[in-house]
Amino acid sequence: MKIVFTTKGKTWESSMDARFGRAEMFLVYDEETDKLEAIDNSATESMEHGVGGQSSKKMINAGANVVITGNGAGEKALKILKTTGIEFFTGAGEMSVKEAYEAYKQNRLQKQF
Amino acid sequence: MREVVVISGKGGTGKTSLSASFAYLAKQEAVVCDCDVDAANMHLLLDANFKKQEDFYSGEIAVIDPKICTNCGECFDVCRFDAITKQTDYHEVDPISCEGCHYCSRICPVEAIEMVTQKAGDVFVSDIKNGATMVHAKLGFGAENSGKLVSKVKRVAKELALKEDKAYVITDGSPGIGCPVISSLSGANLVVLVTEATVSGLHDLKRVYELTKTFNLKVVCIINKCDLNWEITNKIREYLKSEDVRLLASLGYDENFTKAVSVAKPIVEFDESCEISKQIKLSWNNIKNILKDS
Amino acid sequence: MKITIASGKGGTGKTTVSSNLTSYLASLGKKVVLADLDVEEPNSALFLNAKLVHSKVSNKMIPKWDATDCTLCGKCEEVCNFNAILHLPEEIRVFPELCHSCYACSELCPTDSLPMTPSQIGIINEYKNELFTMVEGRLDLGQEMSIPLIAQTIDYVDEKFADHIKIYDAPPGTSCPVIEASRYSDFVILITEATPFGLNDLRLAVETMRVLNQKVGVIINRYGIGDDGVEKYCQDENIPIITKIQNDREVAKLYSNGKLIYDKIEHFKASLDEVIAFIGGLK
Repeated sequence: MKIVFTTKGKTWESSMDARFGRAEMFLVYDEETDKLEAIDNSATESMEHGVGGQSSKKMINAGANVVITGNGAGEKALKILKTTGIEFFTGAGEMSVKEAYEAYKQNRLQKQF
Repeated sequence: MREVVVISGKGGTGKTSLSASFAYLAKQEAVVCDCDVDAANMHLLLDANFKKQEDFYSGEIAVIDPKICTNCGECFDVCRFDAITKQTDYHEVDPISCEGCHYCSRICPVEAIEMVTQKAGDVFVSDIKNGATMVHAKLGFGAENSGKLVSKVKRVAKELALKEDKAYVITDGSPGIGCPVISSLSGANLVVLVTEATVSGLHDLKRVYELTKTFNLKVVCIINKCDLNWEITNKIREYLKSEDVRLLASLGYDENFTKAVSVAKPIVEFDESCEISKQIKLSWNNIKNILKDS
Repeated sequence: MKITIASGKGGTGKTTVSSNLTSYLASLGKKVVLADLDVEEPNSALFLNAKLVHSKVSNKMIPKWDATDCTLCGKCEEVCNFNAILHLPEEIRVFPELCHSCYACSELCPTDSLPMTPSQIGIINEYKNELFTMVEGRLDLGQEMSIPLIAQTIDYVDEKFADHIKIYDAPPGTSCPVIEASRYSDFVILITEATPFGLNDLRLAVETMRVLNQKVGVIINRYGIGDDGVEKYCQDENIPIITKIQNDREVAKLYSNGKLIYDKIEHFKASLDEVIAFIGGLK
């Protein structure tokens, strides 16, 4: 499975970014290869509207199966992602990436969809 | 760190005076965030010193270089916003009407049109009364209040709160139901809806409450000027009950409220022993308790 | 004659003054129409005991994807500056709420796969009571842009009531929606209160109107509690103070019940007389 975290950095020790649309970075963890890949999302910071769409597109292009984040997907992201089969988990906004992964594995996060 | 956002559908309900009172009571436990960027007022009540300022850029305007322009009129043909006018031997963009869509710039055959980012406002960080910090902003003339400036103010406030290990962020939200309000609400742990005992107050309360429902936010309510009209106050109470929204306080119509503003003080500083101040203190304590459990 | 009633700060009494002024003028036999342009929270109808006589859906044009000839080249996403079009692996997705109706995607699409079609943003309601007509623009919840509806409401009123005095009740604030509500008027009346908040926001509103080259006059509402900062400012800036409406709990109470005030409270009517005389002097 490919798991995407919304983060502020590129490593397991980095802080999670609570936001999805304007998350600084997306960290893609491929469970099969055990590899971490970073996707820079910082361009969305300066965009006024529609970042949910842009970020959702990045999830689709990255082949994400699961997204782990803090607050959850906003309206526009919801519209796009709900039909893709990608699962969204929230509640990890104040954790480190490693802690967020453990929380997900132990079913301690909330499932948004 | 927990955030409480104070909003009201309509203006004039006392939202800002209440937020300022909460800020005053919170002392150094909170970072204050004024998201009412179109008509920012909180700084007046909290003695803000504007110690830091940063330019805020947003939106673009098309600018035509008259030296390169060949007056072909293609830009005029594609502009849907009547922003382009013909001068004698070149075309010109009206910055007030320009939407920044880039269409003219993309199709100009001689590349005479440049898109220029506009300074759209200022973001300030201030020290305020009671030793706390406030983040606020001023939207520039004609700038679209897209919510982007609000996002920036919120972001700076939250970063400060995390860095300085503050327990709370107290956000004074924007009026209305559009993007700036939605931006103000983003990530809120608790929303305080301020309304007034008038027909308009109830009407606008319903509209803004529907907005908070779409984001699944926890909401409580304060009714201001409740003794101005008990019939309407009761209608508001019934409505809140039917929606399972907790009523935090019903504040009476008190001229002290305005007198306090006239001398640039939150009411809890102006007269801490009056009935309203006592109720506001109680409300703030209740807010803290709700935030702690959230 | 088109007059916009605006204020920097919300809650200063724009709707109270505009509803009462329009009613009073109508009762004096003048042809007058009121337009409520506070499309996010239109309130005026609450005060006017009027019947809804006509509703018109308000649309803006947005691109609608037609998959038939589309090659998924992505040019549409490229030319959209507002993130309103998303080029996904198997479809083109449009976000109507983000679209500014610039037509770039539609006109630059090589296969004509994005024809522009109308999409509802709100409604224009026309109300009538025995004295006059009121028109409001009401934005649908979830719509993010108020300006197209404000512009359409103004056009509706201008066309249908060409020979009437038109009173526009503007949204609060000083940004784009207020500019739209004010820029085509003959005169702008700013309502404020005699407090530091009122003065702060009045300054912003005056600055805005100056850039629009609009002539401005001020009404000070709830006069009596507060300070003289606003008066001093108007004097220094040579801005006419049209009238000062006395602070009166009875006025507040009538307002709270959605009632008109000028026919019940003498000093309020006297203030409106000053406003009417001032407007008369404008022609």
